[in-house]
Amino acid sequence: MQYDVCIIGGGVIGSAIARELTRYKLHIAVLEKESDVCIHTSGRNTGMMHAGFLYKPGSLKAACAVEGNAEFDNVARELDVPFKRTGKLIIGFTEEDRERLKYFIERGRINDVPGMELIDRARMDEIDPSAGGNFAIYCPTSGILDPFTYTIALAENAVKNGAVYHLNTCVTGYEKLPDGQHRLHTDRKGDFDCRWVINSAGLQSAEISTMLGIPGYVIQPVKGEYFVLDKKAGAFAKIPVYPAPTPRNTFDTHATPTVDGNVLVGPNSFNVSDGEDYSVSQSGMDGLQESGARMFKHMQREYYIRTFAGARPKRIDPATGEIQDFLIECRDDVPNVINLVGIESPGLTSALPIARRVTAMLAAHEPLTPNPEFDPVRKGIRRIHDMSPDEQAKAIAENPDYGEIICRCETVSRAEILAAIHNPLGVCTVNGIKVRTRASMGRCQGGYCETRITAMIREELGKSIQDVELGPKHSGMFTDTVKGGQAK
Amino acid sequence: MKTHQAVIIGGGPAGLAAALRLKEKGISDILILEREHFLGGILRQCIHDGFGLTRFGESLSGPEYAQRFIDRINDEGIQYLTDCTVLDISPEKIVTAASKVHGFLQIQAEAVLLTMGCRERTRGALATPGTWPAGIYTAGVAQNYINLQNIMVGRKVVILGSGDIGLIMARRLTLEGAHVLGVYEVQPYPSGLPRNIEQCLNDYHIPLHLSHTVVDVRGRGRLSSVVVAECDERFRPIPGTETEIPCDTLILSVGLIPENELSLAASVPLDPRTRGAFVDEHCQTQVSGIFAAGNVLHVHDLVDFVSLEAEALADSAAEYLTAGSLPVCPLEVVAGANVGHVIPQRISGTRTFTLSLRVRRPLNNVTLVIRQGTREIIRRKMRKALPAEMIQIKIPAEKLQSDASLEVAVE
Repeated sequence: MQYDVCIIGGGVIGSAIARELTRYKLHIAVLEKESDVCIHTSGRNTGMMHAGFLYKPGSLKAACAVEGNAEFDNVARELDVPFKRTGKLIIGFTEEDRERLKYFIERGRINDVPGMELIDRARMDEIDPSAGGNFAIYCPTSGILDPFTYTIALAENAVKNGAVYHLNTCVTGYEKLPDGQHRLHTDRKGDFDCRWVINSAGLQSAEISTMLGIPGYVIQPVKGEYFVLDKKAGAFAKIPVYPAPTPRNTFDTHATPTVDGNVLVGPNSFNVSDGEDYSVSQSGMDGLQESGARMFKHMQREYYIRTFAGARPKRIDPATGEIQDFLIECRDDVPNVINLVGIESPGLTSALPIARRVTAMLAAHEPLTPNPEFDPVRKGIRRIHDMSPDEQAKAIAENPDYGEIICRCETVSRAEILAAIHNPLGVCTVNGIKVRTRASMGRCQGGYCETRITAMIREELGKSIQDVELGPKHSGMFTDTVKGGQAK
Repeated sequence: MKTHQAVIIGGGPAGLAAALRLKEKGISDILILEREHFLGGILRQCIHDGFGLTRFGESLSGPEYAQRFIDRINDEGIQYLTDCTVLDISPEKIVTAASKVHGFLQIQAEAVLLTMGCRERTRGALATPGTWPAGIYTAGVAQNYINLQNIMVGRKVVILGSGDIGLIMARRLTLEGAHVLGVYEVQPYPSGLPRNIEQCLNDYHIPLHLSHTVVDVRGRGRLSSVVVAECDERFRPIPGTETEIPCDTLILSVGLIPENELSLAASVPLDPRTRGAFVDEHCQTQVSGIFAAGNVLHVHDLVDFVSLEAEALADSAAEYLTAGSLPVCPLEVVAGANVGHVIPQRISGTRTFTLSLRVRRPLNNVTLVIRQGTREIIRRKMRKALPAEMIQIKIPAEKLQSDASLEVAVE
């Protein structure tokens, strides 16, 4: 297959790059080894819109976070992404904490983070009386977003503007062709020839970099485990409340409200060798229970609905082990390759600023013709849950499928499930429906809706029972039929 | 806005029994709202027998038991809407529902009967460590796939928890040719009924491992194995006792939780012990005119008792609708020694009522003692008492006084 640009990795970074490049007349392919775009780091994080005060002045992390944060109200509107500019409290108890908080206010000032201030207990009570601590940094620009929807929205908008997604397509090899073109071998769809290759492979970015002829980078996956708490606990969490950063500039366990009203408690943080091992450990959960309860007094067993883990691909200095800045490069000795390595937190916040830097690198090497058809607007699936009773009545009158509630806990209708099954990326897994609609994300975890959703997938897409998958590779939901029976 | 005297939320065994009794009592302006396409609730997928022994003196399957009520609902001309999910109930008893067939509905009810049943506790609530592959199902979900959709969820099965649905599914999966490797229960005693241990496990040589739990789940795509371990008396895994069991399916039968999201919307206070509403002897919640019975109130082990409780509810609801109010219930019923919870939590002290309770742990040769103030009003010897078996006892009005709270203890 022939393309102008092949992007390896369809996470939030690859999808943001694809979306930004569709502003120009380019034939773009995104090669994603998984069945959907937010399976790994992009979908396994806190969903934080960072303000940018944590990062070293002058770093790409600082510049991209501040830039991404400033524009996100517009981005969220354009792409129909749930986003709340909640602000954030970073609390302190001791004089030592106060000094560290002052240090970050100063860092924020240098990085151009607007509006940060050190506030006393009285102001804290006005903002969130349930927050602990004697004083705090209040950072008004921090926010929370739905990382699944954001990644999906970027990908869908890219597809709408002409990019082609190849899911379940893993790049297995690379060849430089005599005419200077690149040839990527894949496991399932043969070879892809292209003029430009962009490496946005996240956890595999060092591996892909080496494959493309740029060896020497080291990715250290840093795993974090989380608890997801019921929306009943979410009623007590209005604003992210973080403890004062540790001397290593990381945060201990914190409680973050999600944009949908749940609470995430976590992450812890430890180095792992296998970044895609998302098992959650007993010791990790024990630790989160203990530290989480200090930060959030409603960390109670009755509110547990799920655990999950994610891994951040940190680029480290192979000699010192020190964590490095984002790397975005286009080298003269490896032409027409744009190499992104170690894009970790604040990657979600930085996705579009990073994508613009990639676009600029490409534009520096060849003239780009604007795509007159480009439409930056993407509409998501309209949720009955978010409608007023009058709007619900109208929606059901116009489309009766809105009246059939499939997911009881999150109030998701048949109309929404159908829209998700026929999504623009062609994702057809149970988890794909889940992240697009929230069906089965509630307290019963699919006890009511999963049987209905799998039946709808079979019916709508004509799939046999053996072809219904949960999400990951080889994640078949069913083995066969009952004796002598036919699946209904 | 449409109005109905009684709106019944859920057309399962509790809702159906309540509707029929209301009709008997002369209340005819009834509407049952059922979210599924058929009446019957969870009984529809319970194709095993053993239902109705108490009520009908014969062993019926779940669908047969439900059909006896559904036929009478149809004969009586009681109004019901299926494919209709209730979205909200307000404290003023305005019921909001959505339906593909009937559109968007708002109904003003004089009385609301909460009969929504329960849901299953999940792996997320247990916080079982490990990965999240395909092949992990709650027993009820597996039952739905197998019995209603003819789909097998797996072939090599481990069952965590010895709840009744898990035991039933152990047998069902075995009959369909799956290999059920064992049932693991964290408690030192089974949580399902003795007859199910006998008929579903022992008859099929399926081992039951008490004081064991799953400590790790492995596999990225499909489940590849679970690790089980023995637990100490505080349910903590004992290091060194872990065994890895290769399997493709893990079925969870680890408890049922009354489904009270709509009750909360209606500002109905819940008892943290039952996770159902606080009710008085009329099955009335603390919101006047809103009643609850069946598994939404407290989890039952037999459907026959769900039907009975719903009928008692309907008696009171009919009185409420006819007389406009019910006698006040100022006296508290307190769970004493060895008693996990009691229903009702408040009584009038002037009327006969049925007390339901469960013991906290298995007990032998004990006495159920009910005291009012310093007076002992009931004393009943029991050869054994199991948490799996709900105890019900009728307390006659003549034994009661209207001056002091009631204490229920098993000693």
